[in-house]
Amino acid sequence: MKVFVLLKWLRVAISLAFVLLISFLFLDFSGSLSAAFTNAVLYLQFVPSIIKFITLTGVSSIGFILILVLTLLFGRVYCSFFCPLGALQDIVIFGSGRARRKKTFKFIRSLNGLRYSFLAGTVILLAAGSYLALNLFDPYSLFGKIISNLFRPAWYGVNNVIVAVLEQFDVYTLYPVSLKGFSWISFGFSLFMLILVIRLSVKKGRLYCNSVCPAGTFLGFVARLSIFKIKLDESSCTSCGRCSSACKSGCINSRNMEVDFSRCVGCFKCLTVCPDNGVHFKPSPLNRSRRFDRRTDNRRREFLVKSASTITGLVAFIKIDGSQSLKPGMKEIVRENPVAPPGSQNIRRFHKTCTACHLCISSCPTRVLQPSFTEYGWDGLFQPIMDYTSSFCNYECRICGGICPTGAILPLESEHKKRTQLGKAKFIKENCVVYTDETACGACSEHCPTKAVDMVPYKGRLTIPEVDDKICIGCGACEHSCPTKPKSIYVEGNPVHMLADKPKEKKPEPKQKPVGDFPF
Amino acid sequence: MKRRDFVKNGFSAGLTATSAMVFGNLEKLFAVPNGNPDLPYDLVAVMNGEPEMMFDNAIESLGGMKAFVKQGQKVVVKPNIGWDVPPERAGNTNPKLIKRIIEQCRNAGASDIYVFDNTCDEWSKCYKTSGIEEAAKAAGAKVVPGHTESYFREVEIKKGISLKKARVHELIIDSDVFINVPVLKHHSSAELSIAMKNLMGVVWDRMYWHRHNLHQCIADFATFRKPDLNVIDAFRVMMKNGPRGVSVSDVVEYKTLILSPDIVAADAAAAKIFGSEPSDISYIVKAGELGVGTYNLDSLKINRIKL
Repeated sequence: MKVFVLLKWLRVAISLAFVLLISFLFLDFSGSLSAAFTNAVLYLQFVPSIIKFITLTGVSSIGFILILVLTLLFGRVYCSFFCPLGALQDIVIFGSGRARRKKTFKFIRSLNGLRYSFLAGTVILLAAGSYLALNLFDPYSLFGKIISNLFRPAWYGVNNVIVAVLEQFDVYTLYPVSLKGFSWISFGFSLFMLILVIRLSVKKGRLYCNSVCPAGTFLGFVARLSIFKIKLDESSCTSCGRCSSACKSGCINSRNMEVDFSRCVGCFKCLTVCPDNGVHFKPSPLNRSRRFDRRTDNRRREFLVKSASTITGLVAFIKIDGSQSLKPGMKEIVRENPVAPPGSQNIRRFHKTCTACHLCISSCPTRVLQPSFTEYGWDGLFQPIMDYTSSFCNYECRICGGICPTGAILPLESEHKKRTQLGKAKFIKENCVVYTDETACGACSEHCPTKAVDMVPYKGRLTIPEVDDKICIGCGACEHSCPTKPKSIYVEGNPVHMLADKPKEKKPEPKQKPVGDFPF
Repeated sequence: MKRRDFVKNGFSAGLTATSAMVFGNLEKLFAVPNGNPDLPYDLVAVMNGEPEMMFDNAIESLGGMKAFVKQGQKVVVKPNIGWDVPPERAGNTNPKLIKRIIEQCRNAGASDIYVFDNTCDEWSKCYKTSGIEEAAKAAGAKVVPGHTESYFREVEIKKGISLKKARVHELIIDSDVFINVPVLKHHSSAELSIAMKNLMGVVWDRMYWHRHNLHQCIADFATFRKPDLNVIDAFRVMMKNGPRGVSVSDVVEYKTLILSPDIVAADAAAAKIFGSEPSDISYIVKAGELGVGTYNLDSLKINRIKL
């Protein structure tokens, strides 16, 4: 008993540590966290780790193997020790239990149809080359989206209020932060899923993990083979039901003294509540798994079906762009390919590696990374995109490549990053203020870090932009800074990222001797 | 739409409202100081020294920092911190110069000294890489952000032709003394970036300037609040690929510094150093026409110091 109480507290401590650390990764805006720290914190995240292993085939990403080994030994401990979405649910369950002064669950029949469908759907989509199911339901990525889309704006708001108060006292140690871009679709989805997860956890404990979560269902299969299993000891169990009512997975049927270990999330609560030493956690032979009663609960099924259709509805929500009427002669921008982050190598590869956890979006110091809508296609929903309306990519910055947990964005060496061509700037003369108004501008050329956009003689002393494709890296500085509507310069994404030439270096001849006389 | 903006700007509206309530002394906007007739020179030019030494010599010949900063005054020092590039690239004002100016302000008795810029590259990287944040803090200044709209208040540009309104950083509005410390460099939009061009970093909505006759807007804004002192850093000068520059090969060492309370004269002198004629630079001419200052250097009392 005592040892199990310790085990339970160990689980609470570890899961709290992980959920707090992971949340911190998403909320920090100081840019002071090292990539190594981020990678260490996310090392054991199951789904990202598998994907990273497949993309990189290296020891840097064998976290999922550790999880599989742990599962083969002790069952789905990932779900209660390391999964941030699991921890979030546990916190909700703990809180709601406190609020209602009771924490009782009861045995739930396994929703096998549902959970296997979700897993099978995920596998089928993956086989077809789509990460959509993982984008939407992988617990780590979903947790990331919830923190990034819901908590982060609130966190920034709190920071900004504190900053405003401090500044009244002339203290400038903190500084305000802004989101720059904001995706209602991504926000709406995250909010919906958060409400769903909270509702399920208050009413039915860890039902998300045993109905929707593809990682949970997969680990459930593995858990059937675990060496250690939770079992009710038929000789000492009195079927008092304490373990059942403590089980947030609803997988203990104390009346029949049966445990569905494939649904057990490894919280070890049952071991601590049994007064008769009737719950064991022991090595057990691979056994004939018992069959459970298969009657269905229509209310629950209906709720889940409704939820699923609401998600679909949400996803199908059409992004409304503030369309403006064009002045005569001006041209609308038609971008054929989106711009994917530096280090993603090519759009296809990126699209098939990213689970849209939004860690890069949360960590991007310029906020040029924003959730996509349909730019990568329907199944690329929420994957990060270079959004040059919000900002542009900092020339020296390589943060996103260093922290991506799935390897969708790979790290780049500094010199390589500065030459990685994400796309090419396209100039639309008809929209340009130099052409339409015949007044000086050049904001695009000002911001260009390689001077791929240069100003060339036009009329009189006026100069007009000209793009050199070979040294353009597609960072979007020109597009972001262009003052016209619609833009006069934009970046057309490269489906496959290329290597730009090095910007030319030529020592300028000073028009007068640096050490001489004053020219006035 | 309203709610989207609300979230987007991170409660900036609330902040603006709060700060406007606290710093509501708008009448100060129009008390534009207009040079100092008691000064021995209209303009000082120094060459062949380190930035600190050149500044010390220049300010001394104008009667020392006390001629500009009085005991207990609030001073804002506005360098160019536009880009995420190190000092040797000369995209930003030399940090050594900023440090010495702040030290001089302290010695003159300034109560508070503030440093900020509304940068082009990501602000925290610019502040850091330029070396200005560290130098300014070491000298005892407060380094203030300028990257969110909450710091900016709308003002009227009464004499403006193209620019009638602008959102200006509260420190420019609220400080007693305004010291403008640009770096002289080539500029792909405005030909040269010097003192007047540096003022684009005190406004929020500068894309409006690009859209509505850039040169006229630069000149218009110079009528709003003329800096009490302009210190032009021409120690390293970016001769091409400005304003950001591509590599150190864009840079030539001129080891020169220009000091003047007349922003137009300062720009004219710096343009000459660069090798351009002030009368060719449209915003310099336009500012002269608006009566901001004079670009006819022959009419000025100039102190030329060679170290």
